[in-house]
Amino acid sequence: MELIQSDPWASLKAFTTARIALGRTGTAIPLREVLAFKMAHAHARDAVYSKLDTSALQEQLQSFHLPVPLLHSRAADRYEYLQRPDKGRRLDADSAASLAPQHADVVFILADGLSATAVNVHACPLLQQVLPMLKATGISVGPLCLVQQGRVAIGDEIGALLKAKVTIVLIGERPGLSAADSMGAYITYGPQVGNTDEVRNCISNIREEGLQYPAAAGKIFYLLQEALRLKLSGVELKDNYGLLS
Amino acid sequence: MAFKSTIQHKTYHFNDLRTLLAKATPFRSGDALAGLAADSYEERVAAQMALADVPLKVFLNEAVIPYEQDEVTRLIMDTHDAVAFAPVSHLTVGEFRDWLLGDSAATIALQQLAPGITPEMAAAVSKLMRNQDLISVAQKCEVVTKFRNTIGLKGHLSVRLQPNHNTDDPKGIAASIVDGLLYGSGDAVIGINPATDSPQAVVTLLQMLDQLRQQFEIPTQSCVLCHVTTAMQIMHRAPVDLVFQSIAGTEQANKSFGIDIALLAEAHAAALSLQRGTVGNNVMYFETGQGSALSANANAGVDQQTCEVRSYAVARRFSPLLVNTVVGFIGPEYLFDGKQIIRAALEDHFCGKLMGLPMGVDICYTNHAEADQDDMDNLLTLLSVAGVNFIMGVPGADDIMLNYQSTSFHDALYARKVLGLKPAPEFEQWLQRQGIMDVAGKLLSVGETHRLLGYGV
Repeated sequence: MELIQSDPWASLKAFTTARIALGRTGTAIPLREVLAFKMAHAHARDAVYSKLDTSALQEQLQSFHLPVPLLHSRAADRYEYLQRPDKGRRLDADSAASLAPQHADVVFILADGLSATAVNVHACPLLQQVLPMLKATGISVGPLCLVQQGRVAIGDEIGALLKAKVTIVLIGERPGLSAADSMGAYITYGPQVGNTDEVRNCISNIREEGLQYPAAAGKIFYLLQEALRLKLSGVELKDNYGLLS
Repeated sequence: MAFKSTIQHKTYHFNDLRTLLAKATPFRSGDALAGLAADSYEERVAAQMALADVPLKVFLNEAVIPYEQDEVTRLIMDTHDAVAFAPVSHLTVGEFRDWLLGDSAATIALQQLAPGITPEMAAAVSKLMRNQDLISVAQKCEVVTKFRNTIGLKGHLSVRLQPNHNTDDPKGIAASIVDGLLYGSGDAVIGINPATDSPQAVVTLLQMLDQLRQQFEIPTQSCVLCHVTTAMQIMHRAPVDLVFQSIAGTEQANKSFGIDIALLAEAHAAALSLQRGTVGNNVMYFETGQGSALSANANAGVDQQTCEVRSYAVARRFSPLLVNTVVGFIGPEYLFDGKQIIRAALEDHFCGKLMGLPMGVDICYTNHAEADQDDMDNLLTLLSVAGVNFIMGVPGADDIMLNYQSTSFHDALYARKVLGLKPAPEFEQWLQRQGIMDVAGKLLSVGETHRLLGYGV
C-alpha cells in the first residue's frame, strides 16, 4: 500500500506554477511537499535578513570610476527597519551631512530593501549594461550610493541633497516563495522628501529567471531618457518601451 | 470626555475616548508606528481598567471621529438600533464583557443584540477580552448568509477557492480550480484576484467561471475581485454574481480606495437587480484588514483595531454574503509577528460576528513578518473552534500572484476533520454526487476519468 495518495491530475501542472496536485496522506500534504515549501520560505526569510555586502560591492563598483558613498538610514537594524518604514525612508544624520550637490542628470542608489541578496547579485551586472548606454548619450551620472536599511523613498532625500534630476533606486523586493532575489528599479524625476509612489516608475522582477539584465537595462534607459525629456515620472510617464520600434 | 485611572500613587489621564481605546489596545506594531500605543505595560492595563468603567451609552454620545467630518461616523450613529441595544444599555464596557460570557447571552440573544452594537462598543469590549473570551463568545454567534448556497450555519466551515495566477491565464486558473474542487473547496466563493484590473480581462475570467459553474452545476458563486467601479461597468455584459470591494473604517481611507458609501449603495442596488442568487440575495463581498486606514494616512488618530471594526459598519449596511479580514497581508509594520496576527484575527472575527457579519478570515502572512505555517495552523484551529464562516483555500497555501502565504485546500480539510465541520449543505451534497466526498465527510479518491478532469483540457 502506497503511503501517499497521489492526485491523477498532475498533467494540469503544465498550466500553472501553483502548488496543485500535491497528493495527500489522510488530509495532510505529503512531507516531500511540506519540506519543499519550508525550504522556499527559508530562502525568503534568509533574504529578508541578508546584508548588503558593502565591501564586495564597493570593489566591484570601482570599475565605473564614480564615487561610491556608503550611507545608512535612520533604522538602526533590521528589527527597527521592519517595524518603522518611516525610518527606512530617511538618512541618518552622518549620511545626510556627507552629501553635497553634484548636479548630475541621474544618481543610482543601491539599497538593501527586503532582500539585500537581490542587490548583491544583480545590481552590478545591471549597471554594467546601463552605464555605457548613458555615457554614449551624454547623460551625466552622479555617485553610486550604497544604502543600508533603506526603503525606496530614501532615494528622494539622497537625490535632493545631490541635486540630481533623476534618481534610480535599485532595491531588493519583498521575497516570495518562488523568488527570493528579485530586484526592483524605481525611477523618480525631481527627487524630494515627501514624494509618493505615483511619481515613480517601477521596473520589477529583475533577476535571471525574470526580467533579464539586457531587457531591464533597455527599459531603464528608455524611461530615464523620457523622464529627462518630459521632466516628469510616474503615472504620467507611460512605459511604451518596445512598442515604438 | 476625559478618563483616568489611578495605579498605586500614579494617575493616568486619557483625554478622550479615542485615546483611551488606543492605549487600552493589546500591543501591535501599527499602533506604535502611528504613535498611539500605550507607553508602558502599566499604562495599557490602566487604560483597560478605565475603559472597563465606561458606560456603553457614552459611545452613543462621543464619536472617535467627529460626526461632521466622517460619513462612517454618521452611518454608525444614524443607523444605531436603540431597541436592540436596550438589553445592555445599562452596562459598562467591563460589565458587557461579563454579560457576553454569561449563559443568558445565547445565540438568539446575540443575534437580536447585533444591530444595537456600534463598532466602537465591539472594539472596546474586545480590548478587555482574552483570546479565550473572543473565541467563546464568537462561537455563540451564528450569522447565516445565502446566494446559491447557505454559509455560516453552526457546524459548517466554508472555503473561498482562490485560484490566482500571475498572468490571469485562464488555463492556469482552471487548473487550480479543478484542484480545489476535487479537494472539497469552493463553497464560500470561487474568487480570483486578477493580476490586472482591465475590464476586458475581468469579463473573460467571469465568463470562464460562470461557464464552469453551469457545466458542472456547482451550487456556489463566483467573483473576480476587481474594483467596484469596474464591476458596475461590466455588469450588463458579464455574469457578475458577487460585487467585491476593499473597504476601510474612515471616510478618508475609503476615499483612497476610490469609494464612498453612496457608490457602494449604487453597486449594491445594481447587483441586487441582477437577481442571480437562487437561495438568497446577499450579493456583496467585502475585504478588510487592520492597518489599512493608517497605510492610507487616514486613521484620524484612531487605533488600527477600532478603525478596522468601523469598516464593519460600512459592510453591515449592505448585508454582504462574505466579509473577509485579510489579517496578515499588510505586513510587519502593522502586525509584527504570529502573536499579533493571531490576536488581531480573533478580534476581527469576534467583533464582526458580534455586529452580525458573516466573518471569514484570510489566515495569512508575508515573508517579512515573523510568522510561519505553524502560526497559521494555530490560528486556523482557533478560528475553526470560534466558528469562522469561511477561510481561504490556496493551492499549497502559496499564492503565486499575490506572493503571500495563506491556507491550503488540505488545511481546510484538516480543520473540518478535527472539529467535525461540514461544507455548506448544498455544496456538500454536490461533493457527494460528484464522488469527491462521502457522507461522513471523508475525501474520496477520484479516478483519471472524473468528469472535472475533462474540463478545459
